Amino acid sequence: MTIWRLAVAAGWVGATLAAYGAGVALHAVARRHPLVNAVLVAATLLAILLLRTHTQYADYAAATRPISMLLGPATVALALPLHRSLTTLRTAVWPIVAGLFAGVASASASAVVIARALGASSLTVRSLAPKSVTTPIAMAVSARIGGDASLTAVFVIVTGIVGAMVVPGLFRLIRVDDPRARGLALGVAAHGLGTARAVALGTTELAFSVLGMGLSGVLTPIVIPLAASLLA
Amino acid sequence: MPAQLMLIALFDVAGELVARYLRVPLPGPVLGMLLLLAALLLREGLATRLAWGGNILLRHMALFFIPAGVGVVTQLPVLRAEWLAVCAAVIGSTVLGLIVASGTFVLAARGRVRS
Repeated sequence: MTIWRLAVAAGWVGATLAAYGAGVALHAVARRHPLVNAVLVAATLLAILLLRTHTQYADYAAATRPISMLLGPATVALALPLHRSLTTLRTAVWPIVAGLFAGVASASASAVVIARALGASSLTVRSLAPKSVTTPIAMAVSARIGGDASLTAVFVIVTGIVGAMVVPGLFRLIRVDDPRARGLALGVAAHGLGTARAVALGTTELAFSVLGMGLSGVLTPIVIPLAASLLA
Repeated sequence: MPAQLMLIALFDVAGELVARYLRVPLPGPVLGMLLLLAALLLREGLATRLAWGGNILLRHMALFFIPAGVGVVTQLPVLRAEWLAVCAAVIGSTVLGLIVASGTFVLAARGRVRS
């Protein structure tokens, strides 16, 4: 019984690694085109596998803890690029603060306005409001303003995938070529997945993305419940 | 080499403890990152010693998000009913957030240079 369970758990870990490998390979075959996103490919494959095998998500999540658990140390490791670029960061304090506030406000407000205009339920709208920050913060904020935390978790991931997919094409389109602006925007609008994407863009992008992610993680739990209570 | 990963994981645990017992309203890993940053500033040479392990974690960071991404299967009823509003809101707000944040940064940086 326990051995069987262990084998199944190891199977899901293996399947997740294989799906990630497939996503990375496909990304390489597509000549690193951002629209062929490794996380999107892998999550889609695994979601189909779960539905086909009638596996509960809770069982899958428990089995793959060894993988999701590494998100903690990976987030801690973001201190390294941040440390490397501390002198560059110090030269742009005012633009960082301005970009941070504008980005947090516009991403959250536009999500709410668009969802409302298209007739989404109040629960969905509330769950969308904090979706631009890292999952644990977003879920806590969502619960506080009357959203559904697990729905928010899904929106957070999709937001990160979208952010990683539209970059750097979007920046070229709007002619933003400052790596500092690119990085900050990725961290503010697309949290850890945007930051994971910034790893491939460059060291300055990465450092500013880490900073954007961290600062929006601090700002969002303060600003969004306040905005929600004012609007309610 | 695994010692590097262990040390980084230790900062994660420390961040978790600070979040829980000092009631800091930030996630443990973010606090762990701040603690590691403080350690890097205090101890010269620590950054080069952790570079290898840190790089591995950062390069494969996207992998660690996959189990959470698969969580989409738990929300299929909501997504089926409101897919248009949800897709438009998520894509629209993310693109707008990227444009506004980067654009504001560029404008603020430019204003700074002139003044």
